[in-house]
Amino acid sequence: MLRGGAGRRRGTKANNKMKRFGAFVRKEFYHILRDRRTLLILFGMPVVMILLFGFAITNEIRDANIAILDLSKDQRSTELRDKILASSYFQLAKNLNSEEEIAEAFRDGKIKVVVVFESQFGEKLQTENAAQVQIIADASDPNTANTLVNYLQAIIGDYTIKLNETASIPYQISLDSRMWYNPELKSVYYFVPGLIAVLLMLVSAMMTSISIAREKELGTMEVLLASPMQAGQIIIAKVVPYVLLSLLDAIIILMLGKFVFEVPILGSLPLLFIEVLLFILLALSLGILISTVSDTQQTALLLSLMALMLPTILLSGFIFPIENMPLPLRIISNIIPARWFIVIVKSIMLKGSGLELLWQETLILCGFIAFLIAVSVKKFKIRLE
Amino acid sequence: MRTILYLVRKEFLQIFRNKGMLPIILVMPIIQLLVLSFAADFEIRNLKYYWIDKDQSTASRLLRSKLEGSGYFILSGTSFDTQAGAEMLEDGETDLVFEIPRHFEKDLINNSKNSIQLTVNAIDGTKAGLGSFYANRIVQDLAAELRTEYLSRLKFEPVKFQQVHTTYSFWFNESLNYKTFMVPGILVMLVTMIGAFISSMNIVREREVGTIEQLNVTPIKKHHFIIGKLLPLWVIGLVEFSIGLLVGWIVFGITSEGSLFLLYCFAAIYLVMVLGLGMFISTFTETQQQAMFISWFFLVIFLLMGGLFTAIENMPDWAQTITLFNPVRYFIEVVRLVMLKGATFWDIRMQFLVIASYAIIINGLAVWNYRKVA
Repeated sequence: MLRGGAGRRRGTKANNKMKRFGAFVRKEFYHILRDRRTLLILFGMPVVMILLFGFAITNEIRDANIAILDLSKDQRSTELRDKILASSYFQLAKNLNSEEEIAEAFRDGKIKVVVVFESQFGEKLQTENAAQVQIIADASDPNTANTLVNYLQAIIGDYTIKLNETASIPYQISLDSRMWYNPELKSVYYFVPGLIAVLLMLVSAMMTSISIAREKELGTMEVLLASPMQAGQIIIAKVVPYVLLSLLDAIIILMLGKFVFEVPILGSLPLLFIEVLLFILLALSLGILISTVSDTQQTALLLSLMALMLPTILLSGFIFPIENMPLPLRIISNIIPARWFIVIVKSIMLKGSGLELLWQETLILCGFIAFLIAVSVKKFKIRLE
Repeated sequence: MRTILYLVRKEFLQIFRNKGMLPIILVMPIIQLLVLSFAADFEIRNLKYYWIDKDQSTASRLLRSKLEGSGYFILSGTSFDTQAGAEMLEDGETDLVFEIPRHFEKDLINNSKNSIQLTVNAIDGTKAGLGSFYANRIVQDLAAELRTEYLSRLKFEPVKFQQVHTTYSFWFNESLNYKTFMVPGILVMLVTMIGAFISSMNIVREREVGTIEQLNVTPIKKHHFIIGKLLPLWVIGLVEFSIGLLVGWIVFGITSEGSLFLLYCFAAIYLVMVLGLGMFISTFTETQQQAMFISWFFLVIFLLMGGLFTAIENMPDWAQTITLFNPVRYFIEVVRLVMLKGATFWDIRMQFLVIASYAIIINGLAVWNYRKVA
């Protein structure tokens, strides 16, 4: 009888606790759902960004504007010229008549490359067995220039082989290239993992830090701390909705990547989700840490922008390859959690790697989490000044 | 006129009084310019290659020394096992694997044709593409060298075959330095970010804190208020631009080929546009958080579609059409044309026209949407 009552009381106590916790989570959800504009951005951002990266941001060259200066205008030069223009990489923008016009042609930035056939091109081929083609590229964008020169050389090389179909050229070496993991060299393959990292940082770290700082700024944090809830519970209740939002964002990106852009997910899906959750946890603890050191929204905002978003975008290997950076930046990139997360996601999705290859990176993420939580707990002040 | 002067003074006082704001306005851009210019480097160097030489001949050794000498490739390991190469690629320890087949040289002499196998980790498409181009160029160089040597050794008249030689030259940036390309673009990004963020948050803040009501009950006119708000920010934007140019010159040695005056004229009009955009955002947001998020959202799109990192010509046609509405695109074009190629006013008259119209439209919208009620 007595024991039953105590049990029930204990039961209701635990029940009450759960209820209170639930109410807290619900309150947080209301806060988020009420701010329609921010919500729209939170879900619109991943969709817009992945569509942009997938469709518009591409380094594949097509229809580059080319100008041709043909000083001989004979049969051979016309043949080669037609062959160049027949490829999908180039389209004729202008026929030049003299060398003086070359500089003029580059001036407005539309023409990327000029091809010059020397005079008596065909005749020289016939009598001297060799003729010259000069390629002048606008190298203000070095990679485009390099790529275009290479395409042109390949086309001219093909033409040379055709010219000599009857005679055999000694010492021909062909390079048989195979592109692994991404045979069509699509840029979206490269960006999807990074996009997940950036958006998780945005939602989990930036939003949480601002939302906690806002309670402080508006003075409502005091009310929360005075409630029978413990500080730890308050913080957990605060971050639960953001975990769900972040997961939803990650799923949206993965689905769009898979169904719209056919980015494969070769590895195990459960493993991918565990790693994503791990990273969300990491981002949240970062957000909590930032909120403990900042008192106003603006400080929290700027701190997360400068300390989280920019490094995540710039130094994680999301857009710019890390191995090209100078040594100091390469060293700094090691302490950026997104760097390790991007390696993990890329390997799981595109290479189908399992935990046996990724345990090191995973361990590093866990280490970050432990460290950040320890620091936040130490810094967290239950009393406000 | 006096009213505007007072308002401008008030703005400057507020900006300079905020100890947190000044470093953000002045120091951050410099750090960003430095970090970004070093980080945003798409120049492909130091590709790691794995070497599987099943032939061990003069030709294969020659190829390897050519790869080493090119400056593009760094050896990550060697073996005689195809499987080992595949594993290195899977672990991400290497970017490319070269495999020279057995009897490579012998076959080359007997059949005159042969192929080398190259396997590339293509997750990063750009890097993979350029890497295989470089490799191909080096292999073709080798073939040409071997051919000439072979022909010179022949005592009798060789079989006739015709060759087209190509020479190439890179204009405007002979050393193919990526920074020359990126720094002017990043400058645009900084000016745009500072302009849009500060102007949108500045006005919203008055609303959030409640001081906008005090301003609203004063007899100042709508245009007084707007000019008083934007003029200080406009000055800050131009200062920002100058700092960026200076850093580009001192640190990276990048000077403008074209007229600086022209550049400043364009920047002045462009800033009016950017500030108008920030003001427009501030007219329909209530909190700084919202203003920040919305500016961030638009800026990301503008910057990605602005041709800063990837060329606009490579985008699909519909995306190219969208970029016509992107103001950042025009400024990036102008800065690169003027600084790298020395374009004159006549070359960029279209960009001037477009950006001036955008400035008028967006500021018109902002003024129209601004209400003197809280």
